[in-house]
Amino acid sequence: MARISVCLALSLFAAPAAAETIRIDWLERQVTPPPVQSNMQARPERLGLDGARLSVADIATTGRFTGMDYQLVETVIPPEAPFLPAAEAALAQGAQLLVVSAPAADLLALADLPAARDALILNTAAPETSLRGVDCRANLLHTLPSVAMRTDALAQFIVTKRWANLAMIAGTLPEDLAYAEALRSSLTKFGLSLAGEKTWPFQSDLRRAATTEVPLFTQDLPDHDLLLIADERGDFGRYVAYNTWLPRPLAGSEGAQPLGWSGVVEQNGAAQLQNRFRDTAGREMAPADFAAWAAIAALGDATTRTATADPAALRSYLLSDRARIAGFLGRPLSFRGWDGQMRQPIPIVTERAVVGLAPFEGFLHAVNELDTLGPDQPETLCTAFQEGP
Amino acid sequence: MIRSILMGTALSLSLAPALADEIWVTNEIDDTVSVIDARTLEVKATYPTGERPRGITFSKDFKRLYICASDSDAVQVMDPDTGQILHDLPSGEDPEQFVLAPDDRLLYIANEDDAITTVVDTESRKVVTQIDVGVEPEGMGISPDGRIQVTTSETTNMAHWIDTETHKIIANTLVDSRPRHAEFRPDGTELWVSSEIGGTVTVFDTATQAEKGRIGFAITGIQPEKLQPVGMRFSPDGQRVFVALGPANHVAVVNAATLEVERYILVGRRVWHMELSPDQTRLFTTNGVSGDVTVIDLASLEPIATVKVGRFPWGAAARPTPN
Repeated sequence: MARISVCLALSLFAAPAAAETIRIDWLERQVTPPPVQSNMQARPERLGLDGARLSVADIATTGRFTGMDYQLVETVIPPEAPFLPAAEAALAQGAQLLVVSAPAADLLALADLPAARDALILNTAAPETSLRGVDCRANLLHTLPSVAMRTDALAQFIVTKRWANLAMIAGTLPEDLAYAEALRSSLTKFGLSLAGEKTWPFQSDLRRAATTEVPLFTQDLPDHDLLLIADERGDFGRYVAYNTWLPRPLAGSEGAQPLGWSGVVEQNGAAQLQNRFRDTAGREMAPADFAAWAAIAALGDATTRTATADPAALRSYLLSDRARIAGFLGRPLSFRGWDGQMRQPIPIVTERAVVGLAPFEGFLHAVNELDTLGPDQPETLCTAFQEGP
Repeated sequence: MIRSILMGTALSLSLAPALADEIWVTNEIDDTVSVIDARTLEVKATYPTGERPRGITFSKDFKRLYICASDSDAVQVMDPDTGQILHDLPSGEDPEQFVLAPDDRLLYIANEDDAITTVVDTESRKVVTQIDVGVEPEGMGISPDGRIQVTTSETTNMAHWIDTETHKIIANTLVDSRPRHAEFRPDGTELWVSSEIGGTVTVFDTATQAEKGRIGFAITGIQPEKLQPVGMRFSPDGQRVFVALGPANHVAVVNAATLEVERYILVGRRVWHMELSPDQTRLFTTNGVSGDVTVIDLASLEPIATVKVGRFPWGAAARPTPN
């Protein structure tokens, strides 16, 4: 009797001979890194991909016990090569679960391909809030937090610190303008406002001039508790720190930063993920790596729980209340049914430590406190998910 | 043997008039163990350990204390009478939690970073074998007859059932996200597994490994995703199961027969694990974030005291006073 039951259990979850191979595609559009003043920080060569590879190794271990075999097919498209033909080729070869690192325009072009209509695409690199709003697509989920989620997290942090007087310096590049706009919206959302604001004007080499230029530049800002920096490429913000007219802390793109992930995140078992990542990638885990890791962890969880690789079934599971994915951030990760965005806590980090984890205490929500970050269901501009998961 | 125990008692009586049962607690951040007098509820000693001590358990005769020093990659063996580390056991990398077999000899250790369960002979101090399990093994349970060891893996979300004779996995059962703890019912007929992120406890029939039930939790005013079950303990009579709910700062009291939650007891912040006092009248909970231990009276199921220990208390083990 005991022997029979053991065999039954075996057949449930130990059939490697009949292993089903589940194909997951990594589709990356390489982008030439924009020039910044400091030469010291190079973009990691396999940014995102290292997270994807680690995650496939993680879920493959689970697959050993469930009889599922996961295969990561990597397509990396150089900056000068066209994106769509490579994406179409992958789809023609049977790609149905695509984890993508590409700019918003490429991502949307991919999602709109007829061959991708029934595929499940996970965005791990494009932060635009509009991709979760007016430009959302039913076949497109997002594991990278939107800009709005990050700036909402920072605004909550500022409220908890009772820092009422705020100033901002914003760069002039498109992503700086978008980040600055998101910051203004988040401040308004949480009852804060800017006392003063300046646009970063310098073209000179600040590595030498910061100590003389920055005090003068910041002298005419109204007094403030915190100086916000919108400099998403990391061009000038680092030279503002400790050179301001008034000695004030920085936040935003510099100082206390709201990020989807960072090498300093260690609570909630994160140290284990960080150790595995450092061992395999030889560097710190960045937000794009975590987004890629989480995308494949979500696919692993969904394939295990539903015992299928059908994109529609996986999408339905991920968008349902049943999905509670472990992501080392202290709360279950899940996906918003109205725009496909992964719910996630947002760490506020410095270079050396986590200073806070949003959502913060006291920011209440009727359903899930994580939905205080980014556009909530009542204000969503996304209509592609309305037919229901 | 009897003589030496008697002599030992006489000796410690003369040295320490406050003779009482003890609760030993590992302080994960301080690299220490705190020894709480179970009667006066005072910390009577604090001893240094290796780095990041977590799992803690006594040998059956309470002469040796085993400590998982996770970041020292060792299981340390301490003399509880002196607080001296006697020696280290080979443990594999990053031992987080372990369970001592009923034979008092084999120690089953979860190697969190390596996806391995290491079996160590505490007498020969040698590794008997290593068993591949899922990613981030942590929860460690062993059936009272010693025949089945269960390792749960946090990222693979499974309970791996290991036959202790062959040291082979005989079944893998899926549970909700991030299983943290495995506990056999005292009569061995059931296995309970807590899922921290899934927010549930799954109950299995030991003979068939079939799921018998799944327990959810709800506390008014606390968001569901903060109800994260971690440590579990059966009450002395086996009628109830205490479930530590992590950042919800409560311990749930579950009726072991009906699987209904009977009540919730408020404790300190981020409650991890629990231990019964040797006289079985009190339950001690380790509260990681508040750095203290809540003492619950088992008759009234009310918290009666809070004991300040080191930073991030994690594991707990009881030692009766010999008398």
